[in-house]
Amino acid sequence: MTTARDPADVLPPAEHAAVLDAVARHGRLQGPLLPVLHAIQDRLGWVPPRTVPLIASELNLSRAEVHGVISFYHYFRPTRPGRQVIYLCRAEACQAVGAVALEAHARRRLGVALHGTSADGRYTLEPVYCLGNCACGPSLLIDGQLHARVTPERFDELTGADGS
Amino acid sequence: MTTTVFIPREATALALGAGTVAERLAAGAARLGQSVRIVRTGSRGAFWLEPLLEVQTPAGRVAYGPVRADDVPELLAAGVLGGAAHRLRLGPVESIAFLRNQERLTCERLGVIDPRSLADFRAHRGYLGLQAAVTLPPAGICQVVTDSGLRGRGGAAFPTGIKWRTVLETAAPQKYIVCNADEGDSGTYSDRLLMEGDPFCLIEGMTIAALAVGATRGYIYLRCEYPRARAALTDALATAYAEGLLGADLMGSGRCFDLELRLGAGAYICGEETSLLESLEGRRGQVRFKPPLPAVKGLFGAPTVVNNVITFATVPVILERGARYYCDFGTGRSRGSLPVQLAGNIAHGGLVEKAFGVTLRELLYDYGGGSRSGRPIRAVQVGGPLGAYWPASKFDTPLDYEAFAQAGGMLGHGGIVAFDDSVDMAAQARYALEFCALESCGKCTPCRIGSTRGVEVIDRLRSGERRAEQEVLLRDLCHTLTHGSLCALGGLTPYPVLSALEYFPEDFSRAAALPVARS
Repeated sequence: MTTARDPADVLPPAEHAAVLDAVARHGRLQGPLLPVLHAIQDRLGWVPPRTVPLIASELNLSRAEVHGVISFYHYFRPTRPGRQVIYLCRAEACQAVGAVALEAHARRRLGVALHGTSADGRYTLEPVYCLGNCACGPSLLIDGQLHARVTPERFDELTGADGS
Repeated sequence: MTTTVFIPREATALALGAGTVAERLAAGAARLGQSVRIVRTGSRGAFWLEPLLEVQTPAGRVAYGPVRADDVPELLAAGVLGGAAHRLRLGPVESIAFLRNQERLTCERLGVIDPRSLADFRAHRGYLGLQAAVTLPPAGICQVVTDSGLRGRGGAAFPTGIKWRTVLETAAPQKYIVCNADEGDSGTYSDRLLMEGDPFCLIEGMTIAALAVGATRGYIYLRCEYPRARAALTDALATAYAEGLLGADLMGSGRCFDLELRLGAGAYICGEETSLLESLEGRRGQVRFKPPLPAVKGLFGAPTVVNNVITFATVPVILERGARYYCDFGTGRSRGSLPVQLAGNIAHGGLVEKAFGVTLRELLYDYGGGSRSGRPIRAVQVGGPLGAYWPASKFDTPLDYEAFAQAGGMLGHGGIVAFDDSVDMAAQARYALEFCALESCGKCTPCRIGSTRGVEVIDRLRSGERRAEQEVLLRDLCHTLTHGSLCALGGLTPYPVLSALEYFPEDFSRAAALPVARS
């Protein structure tokens, strides 16, 4: 038997509370893991890997199962995001109207690769495969708000990125 | 006198400024001392006219669009609230050709009603389908759906009534209804428009399915990229429960149906039905072997109906107006109508619901108005990222599941993505394999490994390295993917790859040092 420390001893209080709150609200659902992970990420902006043991013990799952699910789904992030997460559509309908050029511009402007967070912690650039705005691309989703027909200039306005 | 104005609160319209238009209109009218009631609707789907503003007049709704926030003061000054003339005036909504010539059966209420108002839904024939269903025995409901000819609109086109009857005839203490709202195909958005603009219609359709097969629980599996649809469904579910249209003894029928919204997490593969079920159960979205079919052994091992949003949302109109009515639309074995989505490089992008039989060319030019860039349309991809790329010579293919299959393509979920002549088809073929590699669930080898090897082969092909050999290798790899993959992701990725190679071979040899004879 292992003598693992109680996760509560090692987790920052905010993360501990986020897990317990998510489990309290969704733990009794059938198949609760995705709703629990969503609730944690909604609150913290990410799912810190150090919360995995607590999530697992609360839901009576193995840590491998929880880690496996977090790493399978693109949306769940194991690293802390920048203050603004920019979801940029890379799919075909947006490609047909300039998404490839927009992506190159975004990477250059923010100084990050896809999935990357800028050094100053302001931006995270996430690729997304379709936002359902396929008649009016290129498309971005920022803070739950969709943006249509996004040009490089519009990108700079929306993000306030000056490339410096 | 209060004037009623309709402005969408749908994601694309909002992205184009509909929210600011509504605010400016309310403020501007107040300043002029004019009384306005602004109803926030879904979108009719004529996106190049969004934000589309409609004013209720004694002669019906008069449309203006596309309205920018800066246009609002001028519109008010011109007398927009009286339906007055203005350069943005489009006339009565019904006169807009793009909308007038459609056959809206499933999407009839989109842009018309307030999606948050159950009263508005009911005033527009809402819940008449369920009312008809509660008077029928379960097998009777399945029969009506079978007779209508409705086939799954998610892409597989399996006869819906037959799937339902299988679930009905499989005895089990618990059965489930699952709505696949993981609309991940690029170029598709009809599910989203319906959920945002007419969420009660989906709830009604799923409830009818529950009565038809004897299920008491249901789930809507919604992709997390659709925050507006999530809000609309959350509202509608709460209202339906409050009004006794969900839960115990729904509509006083003595039957129970509980419906819950669940969110996906950005995995394309979860649009595959068995992967979706795994995800709902709280696991990695890996596909399951079939058989057993979900209809026999689905969610939590119980018989489960899994259908797409549009499929469920089409059931109410069938129950209300009868199988014959629906079946009279369409052609061959493709009965009824399909909400087609015009996307990509297209001038008049949007939702076109037409009876099966309309041709691609009519959709692209009569409705779509050609490309957005003004350059020739060189290729279209129909049916999402796994659909074939077709050149103009195929544009006379009619919208029909069998005709598309015969022509080497697939209709899928009805998304049509147009590309102009600046497209590099070798890059598109490469992207198809890259996407497959990114989204593969990893369960079967052809898809997991073959997709990555495919990207490498295309890179060598494009660089001109032993071209003829690479082409043979690519075709061989695609053959393995087609026949050796567990599900449609690996099985259909060869469609975009091989069609690009077949119809646009010149794009694969651009960088080649010497032209190579093609076998």
